[in-house]
Amino acid sequence: MMAIRYPKSIVAALGLSIVISLFFSCENNNSLELKRYYSEGAAIYQTHCLNCHAADGSGLLALIPALNDSTFLKNNKASLACAIRYGLKRPIKINGKAYDENMPAANLAPMEIAQVITYMNNSFGNQLGMVTMDEVEADLKSCK
Amino acid sequence: MRKLVFGILILAAGWSSCKTNDGKTSLPIFGSRKAVTKTVNGQSVTDTVYQTIPKFSLVNQYGDSISNKNLDGKIYVADFFFTTCPSICPMMARNLLTVYNTFKSKDDFKILSHSIDPKHDSVPVLKKYADKLGVSGNTWWFVQGKKEDVYTIAEKNYLVAVKQDSTAAGGYVHQGYFVLVDKQKRVRGAYDGTDPKQVDQLITDIKTLQAEPDQK
Repeated sequence: MMAIRYPKSIVAALGLSIVISLFFSCENNNSLELKRYYSEGAAIYQTHCLNCHAADGSGLLALIPALNDSTFLKNNKASLACAIRYGLKRPIKINGKAYDENMPAANLAPMEIAQVITYMNNSFGNQLGMVTMDEVEADLKSCK
Repeated sequence: MRKLVFGILILAAGWSSCKTNDGKTSLPIFGSRKAVTKTVNGQSVTDTVYQTIPKFSLVNQYGDSISNKNLDGKIYVADFFFTTCPSICPMMARNLLTVYNTFKSKDDFKILSHSIDPKHDSVPVLKKYADKLGVSGNTWWFVQGKKEDVYTIAEKNYLVAVKQDSTAAGGYVHQGYFVLVDKQKRVRGAYDGTDPKQVDQLITDIKTLQAEPDQK
């Protein structure tokens, strides 16, 4: 039996296009998932966060911090879930200003916490991608 | 479609309420009232006596005593809150700041925010809260007093307008109302302090009230 020999360039092109399409379909899945988290998170934000942090995430002057400090959110990524789930009782610095009021706990499930963090991380000028339920569950295990 | 109908209804309601205000250029007077007949210069004259905010004695964020006399000749907005309230109070503070910033240059305007948790909301706590909201001077007073007194005056006097409009039993004090009081200490309106649209109406109504002849 004679093997059909394709020119190398065609094989290479085919391979490359498969890799590229796989990459994009993957990314599409990810961004779809992010959108799902984001829209669920928006609803959770309205119910549990908006009264204090305001619709535009601006907070309330020196009383309640804004949610647009991307550097803080990035540096404290692993403790955000704990802060939402159990509240916050220690002073924090947001946008260079100190805030020392307590944040009350929000009794949310890990999935809801992941969704609302994803919403926050991609609103108010933040572009920090998504946080999954698995990550939240792991983070919640090491709350201080 | 349903949304559209709803929207039109709201617009119509808004329009008709505006029209009433524009037509009369005055606001309703809430609370009980009675006719009192007096003899003036040998003639019998009948006057309507309206319910007014009675005497009270409170302390503000500067530690100053604030009584009803400090509000004589002032148009003021009263509300009830506590500094650690996580639910509606930040929303109310945000909305009340808009009212404050609109009228803070007026000598005859005040805001009286009553703490309903005087145990926690001491004078220093109220001062810190005011500072964090950027409130200074004497236009906006954060006050505390005996808890029973504050509840009594809230339910029996400030929130009469809410009671008249609502069939729900009790709990008005916790519902975040802003109450508009005129220079004669009569209640002239109550507004949902968590709803920016009602707060806009409050600002409009304060201007209407300021234009009334006996409020000058």
